[in-house]
Amino acid sequence: MPHDHPHDNGVSASGHPYRTDNDGALSYWQCMEIAVRELLVEKGVTTSSEIARQIEAMDARSPSDGAKVVARAWTDPDFRRDLLADASEATRKMGFDIGPMKLIAVENTPQLHNIIVCTLCSCYPRNLLGLPPDWYKTRAYRSRTVREPRSVLAEFGVLLPPDVEVRVHDSTADMRYIVIPARPEGTEHMDADALAALVTRDSMIGTGLPLDAAAF
Amino acid sequence: MIYVRVKTWAPPGHVRTPAYLRGKTGVIERSLGPFGNPEELAYGHDGTPTLLRRVRFTMSEVWGPDCEAASDTIEAEIYEHWLEPAPTPRTRHHAT
Amino acid sequence: MKRWHDMGGDEAGTIDIAQHDFALWEKRVDALMVLCSSKGLFTVDGLRRVLEDMGPDAFETMSYYERWIASVNQNLLEAGSYSVAELAAKMEQVARRGADYATAAAPERTS
Repeated sequence: MPHDHPHDNGVSASGHPYRTDNDGALSYWQCMEIAVRELLVEKGVTTSSEIARQIEAMDARSPSDGAKVVARAWTDPDFRRDLLADASEATRKMGFDIGPMKLIAVENTPQLHNIIVCTLCSCYPRNLLGLPPDWYKTRAYRSRTVREPRSVLAEFGVLLPPDVEVRVHDSTADMRYIVIPARPEGTEHMDADALAALVTRDSMIGTGLPLDAAAF
Repeated sequence: MIYVRVKTWAPPGHVRTPAYLRGKTGVIERSLGPFGNPEELAYGHDGTPTLLRRVRFTMSEVWGPDCEAASDTIEAEIYEHWLEPAPTPRTRHHAT
Repeated sequence: MKRWHDMGGDEAGTIDIAQHDFALWEKRVDALMVLCSSKGLFTVDGLRRVLEDMGPDAFETMSYYERWIASVNQNLLEAGSYSVAELAAKMEQVARRGADYATAAAPERTS
């Protein structure tokens, strides 16, 4: 409950400004997070610096990492073959720290469009792409994608002709998935760095397509 | 092509086999694992190493004739103990 | 019977694509889960099991990381990482520090 809120001119006891997202009334669950974290540190299970490093490691992961993987698959046939055979191994060899994640790459073609969902929770290739977008975790996305993927795709602005097969991958167990979207037309002159800029997060989930090269 | 049917079990505990696929027949896309059985891991026990299959289903098999597009497909990972052998489509009475 | 979290194929409305940035406390919950599972205190399966047992009301009324910290705590209690009494005393201590997250999360100065 919000009672008198000590603002102290907007700075904490350490003299730093409060983050706005830390400045609301303390919730029960925030209180629990602080308590659990401090108990684990006091018990020697973890340390404050280990927690900070883990947050930094997660923050450092982003869709741009996946975009580099996709762009390389578009430009390096040997890498593409390795990626489709064992995406965990191929991304690790490329230098990405994906931890213990087991990754499968699925490739879009002129005849096939892949889309990823987790109907049971919200499994996502977080160790490559970072934390999932909020919509990926919604009841609507989780419920509808396996039943009416074309309708879901249309909501995201992706309209596919009837002769393109839509393949939904439900991440029900130990594997995580990344879509290798089809390389856009008119990009033959572009190198991997330039191509990576075309690869959006949603195109690697399957709810989007790469950006149009003509826009660059 | 190896056809398998997902069992129709519906236990109250933690499982990773979605209800919408139970009783449905698909083909094994690839085999993976073994992985610790999540139905044991979830309760703090050692997970028995269990094979995992990626199974491909057609939309018409899963959702019936009123589905969005009959030949679109769904793939999911199903642990071995949830799968049973299924006849190939030509001997299944609802085959097309 | 089909359980509430097993929602593939259910009727549902349009997908809300609004996005929020994660707050520090949410990132800390995420980090605690990753660290606790990598140290073998419990598994992601245990995390999910408790989330599922919390029921559909929790899904509708609590945010994602609120549900996660509830489940992380439940799993740690089951693992014997700390006792209910230790948790109670620590939560009371944290709440006394201040009315907002930044103050309550600041380590206490010891004299």
